[in-house]
Amino acid sequence: MWMIEVPPFIPFFVGALIAAFTRGTLRNVAMLAVPLLSALHLSMVPTGAHLQFDFLEYQLVPYYVDKLSLMFAYVFHIAALIAIIYSLHVRDTLQQVAAMLYAGSGLGAVFAGDLLTLFVFWELLALTSVFLIWARRTQRSYQAGMHYLIIQVLSGVILLVGALFYVAEHDTLEFGYIGLNSVAGWLIFIAFGIKCAFPMAHNWLTNAYPEATVTGTVFLSAFTTKVAVYALARGYPGTELLVYIGAAMTCFPIFFAVIENDLRRVLAYSLINQVGFMVVGIGIGTALAINGAVSHAFNDVIFKGLLFMSMGAVLKMTGRINGSDLGGLYKTMPKTTVLCIVGAASISAFPLFSGFVSKSMVMSAALENGFDGIWLMLLFASAGVFHHAGIKIPYFAFFAHDSGIRAKDPPTNMLVAMSIAAFLCIVIGIYPEALYSLLPYDTGYNPYDATHVLAQTQLLFFSALAFVWLNLRGLYPPELRSVNLDADWIYRRLAPKAIHSLFAAIWRVDGAIRQQCLVWIELCLNYLSRRFNGGSGLLSATRPVGSMAMWITVLLALYLLLSFIR
Amino acid sequence: MKNDKLSNKKRALFDNRKNVTRVLIALYGICALLLILDFFIHRHISHSWENLFGFYPLYGFVGCVILVKVATWMRTFLMRPEDYYDNECKEQIENGNGNNNRS
Repeated sequence: MWMIEVPPFIPFFVGALIAAFTRGTLRNVAMLAVPLLSALHLSMVPTGAHLQFDFLEYQLVPYYVDKLSLMFAYVFHIAALIAIIYSLHVRDTLQQVAAMLYAGSGLGAVFAGDLLTLFVFWELLALTSVFLIWARRTQRSYQAGMHYLIIQVLSGVILLVGALFYVAEHDTLEFGYIGLNSVAGWLIFIAFGIKCAFPMAHNWLTNAYPEATVTGTVFLSAFTTKVAVYALARGYPGTELLVYIGAAMTCFPIFFAVIENDLRRVLAYSLINQVGFMVVGIGIGTALAINGAVSHAFNDVIFKGLLFMSMGAVLKMTGRINGSDLGGLYKTMPKTTVLCIVGAASISAFPLFSGFVSKSMVMSAALENGFDGIWLMLLFASAGVFHHAGIKIPYFAFFAHDSGIRAKDPPTNMLVAMSIAAFLCIVIGIYPEALYSLLPYDTGYNPYDATHVLAQTQLLFFSALAFVWLNLRGLYPPELRSVNLDADWIYRRLAPKAIHSLFAAIWRVDGAIRQQCLVWIELCLNYLSRRFNGGSGLLSATRPVGSMAMWITVLLALYLLLSFIR
Repeated sequence: MKNDKLSNKKRALFDNRKNVTRVLIALYGICALLLILDFFIHRHISHSWENLFGFYPLYGFVGCVILVKVATWMRTFLMRPEDYYDNECKEQIENGNGNNNRS
């Protein structure tokens, strides 16, 4: 059937073209139609479908379908549809076109069957999404976008170099299991890791996402990191190093999230925390763990999107996003409040909400495979994510002290988008079999047994109790207008300062050496002129120029004479 | 953005301290209930610590208190003024051509 051979990124790129040349209702209809039609098409694509052609002696597979890529493609379609509905009110062609291209690039990347195609979509993801940050049109968003673009392009370049090494080593470009036993493996691993926001390489995310536009952040949160998770799941399943990296990712951001004031940056930190759970799952690499990682990625796109949408609604309606400026919004934004709480309950993995059915798989897999320490870290991170994303976000935005802001609920399209996401969070939480049937492996896992439910509920309610206790005792850190230093300080402040002082030192030494040389030359000249003082010496300073010119003429004449002799 | 009509209307749900107290009492009640359930529900455990009475409640509570304490302590050396990085950019622009002072 001809339709099978249309890779899903093509409808999105065509949609971007249409969005560029249409306005108003027509554009809205076209943009809504793209993910719907493409999803319909996708539901008919069988696994194993692929396109391939030869390029410079290598076989390229720009489109390859299996259960893993389909899973990500499904959730990318859901995310694109929700985010498009959320941004229907936006009258900014730049953003609409960039968003469509960005979603298409994400889909292209998850269906890439070879490393060269992956590289192309990898870079396209960066180039298209940066406009969603710049579209805010502030000095800060410009700088954050630049930072984002540099890091992302760097990741792409490393991927390309890794792919070239891979070809040299294996004589094929096929994107399958790569592993860490070669130079190419490490290079590609680093490239994936940068996009996956590994610790120390994570600041592009926490800087850029809070500076993007209200609607742009919703798109951003769905695609980039999940493409990286997909790539790791395909290239590095069962790589033990990932377990430790992932565990670090789940734990360190929650400390920053607790003291962060910008609520969208709090969500950016919690995004890293959630990706950490997926990375741990991929690192463990058993069927249950991979299923857990993939389904958690699926759920995370939806509930993190919902949280970013609710905070976007707050930012749009009040013009503020700092916890220190907000509070008491539940009085006038009741719908947003409820929807935000659904997202918060999902990310906290409350039973009957989507996070629970996927996160528990990773936790179970960690225990089953003897990663006891890692399991304790994940448990701590679960309590922590409830603390900062589950309680802090809704509490400081909608409750806490009354800020006096009386903003209304956002426009209908934004509420509809949030409602769809909230609905999916609850449906997946109540009926996880629907999600499990899409997973790459069949493990017969059941999250709803008494042990899991009781353990998770106890953990969460006593975390809430800790929050209440700390708050009543006045021990909870107040929201303060501030910037908290993070790893990016190393290259934004420390490195420039170090380089600056290094060069200052080099110039000082250089200056001193030059000065010393001048002194020596002066001394030499003085010595020579003293030595030949009197004007009679051969090298005397008082010899006339005329005699010098004469001697040179004599020398040249001598040369001429010698050349004749030869 | 202020809408005086709304703010003068009836008091909102949590303006009444009693409602806040009710929510808190409900929370304490649920916590107590969950702790008691530990006696009745038989767990199939995979880690020996899970057998300890109140392991999960204690871990959740202590974990969160430590999290907040450490995070508060981190503020003492990580916190900077809100325009910390902005200043640097302005300095650079002023030191440079000074033509593109947009902000």
